[in-house]
Amino acid sequence: MTDITLSPAHAQDQGRNWGRIALRWLLFIALGIFALFYLMPLFVMVTTSLKSLEEIRTGSLVAFPREVTFEAWRTAWSGACTGIQCEGLRPYFWNSVMLAVPAVLISTFLGAVNGYVIAQWRFKGANLIFSLMLFGCFIPFQVVLLPMAVLLGWMGIAGTIPGLIFVHVIYGIGFTTLFFRNYYVTIPQELVKAAKVDGAGFFRIFWSIFLPLSLPIIVVTVIWQFTQIWNDFLFGVSFSQAGTQPVTVALNNIVNSTTGVKEYNVDMAAAIIAALPTLIVYAVAGKYFIRGLTAGSVKG
Amino acid sequence: MQEWLERHIPKMVLAPSFVAILIFVYGFIGWTAWVSLTRSRLLPKYEIEGLIQYDRLFASPRWDTAMGNLFIFGTLFIVIAIVLGLLIAILLDQKIRTEGVLRTIYLYPMALSMIVTGTAWKWIMNPGLGIEAMVRSWGFENFTFDWVIDPDKAIYAVVIAAVWQASGFVMALFLAGLRSVDGEIIKAAQVDGIPTYRIYSAIILPSMAPIFLSAFIVLAHLAIKSFDLVIALTGGGPGYSTDLPATYMYAMAFSRGDIGQAASSAMVMMAVVFAIVVPYLYSELRAKHD
Repeated sequence: MTDITLSPAHAQDQGRNWGRIALRWLLFIALGIFALFYLMPLFVMVTTSLKSLEEIRTGSLVAFPREVTFEAWRTAWSGACTGIQCEGLRPYFWNSVMLAVPAVLISTFLGAVNGYVIAQWRFKGANLIFSLMLFGCFIPFQVVLLPMAVLLGWMGIAGTIPGLIFVHVIYGIGFTTLFFRNYYVTIPQELVKAAKVDGAGFFRIFWSIFLPLSLPIIVVTVIWQFTQIWNDFLFGVSFSQAGTQPVTVALNNIVNSTTGVKEYNVDMAAAIIAALPTLIVYAVAGKYFIRGLTAGSVKG
Repeated sequence: MQEWLERHIPKMVLAPSFVAILIFVYGFIGWTAWVSLTRSRLLPKYEIEGLIQYDRLFASPRWDTAMGNLFIFGTLFIVIAIVLGLLIAILLDQKIRTEGVLRTIYLYPMALSMIVTGTAWKWIMNPGLGIEAMVRSWGFENFTFDWVIDPDKAIYAVVIAAVWQASGFVMALFLAGLRSVDGEIIKAAQVDGIPTYRIYSAIILPSMAPIFLSAFIVLAHLAIKSFDLVIALTGGGPGYSTDLPATYMYAMAFSRGDIGQAASSAMVMMAVVFAIVVPYLYSELRAKHD
């Protein structure tokens, strides 16, 4: 690039360089436009949530707020109506926390143990079991919705948070097992053999050899499960009742409640509140989030 | 005894999960299949009556709309997301210094709940105050963009929001694929003076066939399961013009009290998923054994 040679080819080179620079600019402009496309909804959500209703009615969709007000955020958090109740998102946000934390921990733990068995303690039929579990990841959940509703009723946990935890654990096992199995399968089996020779048992080997090696896959699985469960709507809307709904269901109720004036700023603030936990996880540990996404699809 | 225990512990540890999957996946599918053959309405009945529910289903104009929508939505969603994702991946793969930041921006929608996405786009595409009003205020008085409230076009509004959410993910898949293409082959082609577009169309893209397949499977799967996005964006409306099989099933199960219809529509959904996923899983599992 930097060497200057005086030759007839020089002028042509320069022409080619200009072409390359123009192409480079075009590339940046294209990438910038795409970035705007992806950012625009977030920008609109944030600015709308900070405007007053009056300003929303008179101003432009993409304008910055003339006067920043957090009133909509306060209403969304503690005053907006989901049907007849007007307590905002707060109780439902905590429902989601109380639901997601145990469900994520239990399903991740089960996935780790299952993956350890399938990858390292192969026995006859283990592969078939794995295939059957893997298959369970792909079913449309509509096909289990009705019997699950019946079963939760029998068990007396219909419409409760423990009921939802149960459902999320059951249908999360397939994916968590897949993640851990694919991770443990790369660890040489000699490790287990050597440990067995040294007299270590099944749990000892898991606890002191495999778990310490598992931090990256634990992070991937926890993030995956947390995102899935926090963002779930289908199970939440099917198996909860007034008071036990997760945040996604409450958000939808706030937005689609037909009573009173449509408060778009409150809707947007509520949407951001509902999205915040997973967005924060993504911002902090995006690398692991992406790894989970691609592990679920490419390696599957 | 000790030895027996030691030998069987792995199986005993796996057993609870396996039994759970057997009951709650396969047993429940069996339950739904069984009930889909009965006259169940508000409560499940267990006397098999044949295929009446399926006859009703396929005669229902609402189900017809739902399947038609799935076809339109699925096709557009998959094609646009793949084209857009691939395009962005190729553009990003030109040694861009800000790649990390851009990638983060393109992919963040994937972290959001579909309900959040639907809520945001419902507001943006709202004719009275959203994009339509904005463009009109720029002086284009006749500009209309009222897809969310137009029964004939509302399904395309769902496509826009769905593409926005998932195309970044497709981008990430393709970017990983582009990075795994053998650099030596590309260098050799460049030395031979083969134009860039030919390198892409003849060497790079064909070598990424498995990624096209994965992207297709994942997107098709997302499309068939699409439920929350429609609920949040259009509520299935106007009327039932944006119903998808998933919203139909939900409506039958939980608001219409028609368990027979809910079960039979769920079975059809599963058949569609299986038609797409089973060949894929089969080839994947076979490839692993080879």
